[in-house]
Amino acid sequence: MPTQTSAAGGTTSPLGGGAGRGALLGAPAVLGSPSVDGVAGMFGATVPDGLEAPTAPRRRTGAGLDGLAVADGLDRGDTLAMMRSGELGSVHSWELVTAVDGPGTRLTVFLSGCPLRCLYCHNPDTLAMRDGEPVTADELLARVRRYLPVFRATHGGLTLSGGEVLQQPAFAARILRGAKEMGVHTALDTSGFLGRNLTDTMLRDTDLVLLDVKSGDPETYLRVTKRPLQPTLDLGRRLAASGLPDGVTADAPVEVWVRFVLVPGLTDDERNVGLVARYVAELEEIRPGTVGRVEVLPFHQMGRDKWSALGRDYALADTEPPSPELTERVREQFRSHGLTTY
Amino acid sequence: MTTTSDATSAVQDTLSPAWAGFTSGPWQDSVDVRDFIQRNYTPYEGDDAFLTGPTARTTRIWETLSAMFPAEREKGVYDVSTDVPAGITAHAPGYIAQDDEVIVGLQTDAPLKRAIMPNGGWRMVETSLKTYGYEVPAELREVFTKYRKTHNQGVFDAYSPAVRAARSSHIITGLPDAYGRGRIIGDYRRVALYGVDQLVAAKKLDKLSLDTQPFSEKVVREREEHAEQIRALEELKEMAASYGFDISRPAATAQEAVQWLYFGYLAAVKEQNGAAMSLGRTSTFLDIYFERDLAAGVLTEEQAQEIMDDFVIKLRIVRFLRTPEYDALFSGDPTWVTESIAGMGDDGRPLVTKNSFRMLQTLYNLGPAPEPNMTVLWSPRLPQGFKDFCAKVSIDTSAVQYESDETIRAAWGDDAAIACCVSPMAVGKQMQFFGARVNLAKTLLYAINGGKDEVSGKQVSPAFAPVEPGVPLDYDDVRARFEKTMDWLAATYVEALNVIHYMHDKYAYERIEMALHDKDVLRTMACGIAGLSVAADSLSAIRYAKVTPVFDERGVVVDYETVGDFPTYGNDDDRVDSIAVELVESFMSKIRSHHMYRDALPTQSVLTITSNVVYGKATGNTPDGRRAGEPFSPGANPMNGRDTHGMLASALSVAKLPYEEAQDGISLTNTVVPSGLGRTEDERVANLVGLLDASVGGEGYHMNVNVLNRETLEDAMEHPEKYPQLTIRVSGYAVNFVRLTREQQLDVLSRTFHGSM
Repeated sequence: MPTQTSAAGGTTSPLGGGAGRGALLGAPAVLGSPSVDGVAGMFGATVPDGLEAPTAPRRRTGAGLDGLAVADGLDRGDTLAMMRSGELGSVHSWELVTAVDGPGTRLTVFLSGCPLRCLYCHNPDTLAMRDGEPVTADELLARVRRYLPVFRATHGGLTLSGGEVLQQPAFAARILRGAKEMGVHTALDTSGFLGRNLTDTMLRDTDLVLLDVKSGDPETYLRVTKRPLQPTLDLGRRLAASGLPDGVTADAPVEVWVRFVLVPGLTDDERNVGLVARYVAELEEIRPGTVGRVEVLPFHQMGRDKWSALGRDYALADTEPPSPELTERVREQFRSHGLTTY
Repeated sequence: MTTTSDATSAVQDTLSPAWAGFTSGPWQDSVDVRDFIQRNYTPYEGDDAFLTGPTARTTRIWETLSAMFPAEREKGVYDVSTDVPAGITAHAPGYIAQDDEVIVGLQTDAPLKRAIMPNGGWRMVETSLKTYGYEVPAELREVFTKYRKTHNQGVFDAYSPAVRAARSSHIITGLPDAYGRGRIIGDYRRVALYGVDQLVAAKKLDKLSLDTQPFSEKVVREREEHAEQIRALEELKEMAASYGFDISRPAATAQEAVQWLYFGYLAAVKEQNGAAMSLGRTSTFLDIYFERDLAAGVLTEEQAQEIMDDFVIKLRIVRFLRTPEYDALFSGDPTWVTESIAGMGDDGRPLVTKNSFRMLQTLYNLGPAPEPNMTVLWSPRLPQGFKDFCAKVSIDTSAVQYESDETIRAAWGDDAAIACCVSPMAVGKQMQFFGARVNLAKTLLYAINGGKDEVSGKQVSPAFAPVEPGVPLDYDDVRARFEKTMDWLAATYVEALNVIHYMHDKYAYERIEMALHDKDVLRTMACGIAGLSVAADSLSAIRYAKVTPVFDERGVVVDYETVGDFPTYGNDDDRVDSIAVELVESFMSKIRSHHMYRDALPTQSVLTITSNVVYGKATGNTPDGRRAGEPFSPGANPMNGRDTHGMLASALSVAKLPYEEAQDGISLTNTVVPSGLGRTEDERVANLVGLLDASVGGEGYHMNVNVLNRETLEDAMEHPEKYPQLTIRVSGYAVNFVRLTREQQLDVLSRTFHGSM
């Protein structure tokens, strides 16, 4: 589960933030309530590269797939085979967003399935791969093609987010390749935990990685995400090094935007922040210019409704967003390492 | 579609000394402002660095007025001139501070003092006076109820019972049958370029050509209209003379050009209480005069800006006396002094000049304001410096709207301007018969109910069998019923508009505005639809989900049980967007099948202004889940909160509505939070420019842009005194947020705010 910036589904509207369509209509007569599902996927089949067949449930929370055709009618075996080859993905939703998931206006596609269990997850409805809907790579690429004029006019592009994009590496690889063939700027929004799924080929098809470093201290990271920190650190270093003259992306080095979600009482410890900042500075030492910016994202409560809509316990239900002073302190910690920080 | 006056050769052969230094051309032989502009203007490709701030004098004048606004807001009006019916020469000269003004002229003899304009209808005048606690002059009441018939009276003499029924059930609303129709743009530039005498001479020649034609009602009407136009021009001269200016001759300096042009506009707003009294496309025209004076060293940039600032101050205080009911439809006391800025010329040169920048700069020098309605004709080909400045002004003031120059130029040429919100017309060559709009969502409910009104239970449209109880609605059946009901609606609607405009021409003819038009003008019959997104989403629900009607004890369908999921308009999803497109096309084709008064060209708009609130109030539960009384979305906007895929996806859905089937304009209003545009000012500017390029490039027609936080609006509701100039764009125009009714403020707050957290 990457970040707290563009939430999958409806955060373009703070009003609708997380409410399902049925709820948005606010109509007692509308009986089609969002199906509450996916609880079972929570701690079970989250083996890093295990694929789960999306079961195309009826609309959950979120923006949804409007305009993307769902590949209905495949049996489970075919579905898994197509997912393995990358012809099919489990997709949660898409949005056209500006100034959030990379430069310009972007088609951000939220894939379903994430190996992390972040306490502050604001897209809990994207956690289980089986909760997504099956969409073919061709169908998704057709939508990318549809927005070529938008990308040109806004200097934007495609961002693959989630969920965790690297949990469906074959699908992601196909989409990245297809987008690159159309000349589209590409970004991956990832926690880095599944960094080893990112092949060199994929790396060459990627212009920007939005790397979520959720904590600098391994123990805090484990507490926040239920997973170890090390794979994320490894991926960042690899991204920096791959752009060196002898690296695999020497011709077109990948840019990295580091993101850090600031949660009071959870990630705001000065030492924890300092460790992240030092790590980011280290990436700049490996290859100057690697890190385009650091974004400190203040925790918000937009995801709370989703947790309750999904019937899950939300550990941070009572946590307040950080004060402007705290946010500024943390940003200054990054800036003191010479990093462009917002 | 352009027409040329065949009698404008009366323009004197002898070159006016006022034209010294201008490149000569056909504009000198006949009235042709466009030709003058094209031959003489200087495109400006730079940025905003040359602009200057307000002078102490500008600030002084604006502060004098600003001190009067709270009292006006409190009472509803500042003052009313109750005893003199308005006219071009009805009032003695008025000033804000006589010796301190650079551009002079007020509607009455004092600032913010409103005139009464009874020709549209006496009731509007009487109700307004009573509302604001003024005595109704008995003598005038006698004149306008006994001796002088008004437009309003004429209309109601001729309305058919079907029209009356449709009107009182709110399926057709906002008709200009009790007030001035507006949306006519006089070519006020002609006053500056030619002076009034040359215009009178040209009109006399036009009239002569009519005098030689044999009698027909058409010929006589036009002869009489020309006589009125000539009389109005003479009065214009007289009014200017009362301020000490001889405008019989062309303007010789930049200051005179602005003053002459403003006198032309002032004459119009002294006499006509039109719903929208738009200015046209004046800034680049005026730039030619500024450039000449700057080059001659007789004017500084600071003085040029000061003239524009003072001009805009005058435009900001145009006022009309209106009833609270009128304000419920069109909130915030709007006048739609719309000024169309920039755009591209047919020859590929941008029509951007330094004065395009100066016009926008007034929003900084005087602070944000809803009027004049700043409208940028946007093309991705505009110079970068201007695009960036527009985006910056939008981000800082939320006071600019954008319309597709590419679309407008292709249809109406490169000297077209917007009247009101989104209605394009070739300046001086084209006018419209403003037709308000019909309620398409309610029409769908009539279709389901066999012509009965879902609120009153009355039979309004011709009776046919309602849908069956207990059975889910069938899409094809409902669609067929809807077509049939739209047939009736179109016929009734056009009938109403024909009557209205016949009577308006007869009893409240716009003499001075039409005097600043060619002899032969293109007239459009500007119909309109409201509730498009509700109708489209409702049909989508019927098609893609299961919708079962719920009957009440009267046997009227009053609610719907909707089971299942359905796509909603505003997410770039063709399944439902195509339904919206179909409705626009279908209703337009029905309108076209009817005869139009004065052979007008039928058009329609998808625009609500702020009447989306009132329309929603009058409409019962709809199959999309919208509850009875809930506001519609404004204009062509998707329903609030249902456009979940981002601002541009929403805009691209709206962009699918074909302009050819909605030539009076398609309105889209967007609100984005500042952080939704980027981290730094440069990023925000670049991203907004990109959004506008992408939207216009994707065939989008219009975009109203607000860059605001919800918190700002919420705070303004609680503490209006802190936000006297807070301006927001609503449907096609801007308003002072604090002047909206609470209901409308809540409607604005319920709209989708695009952007990240």
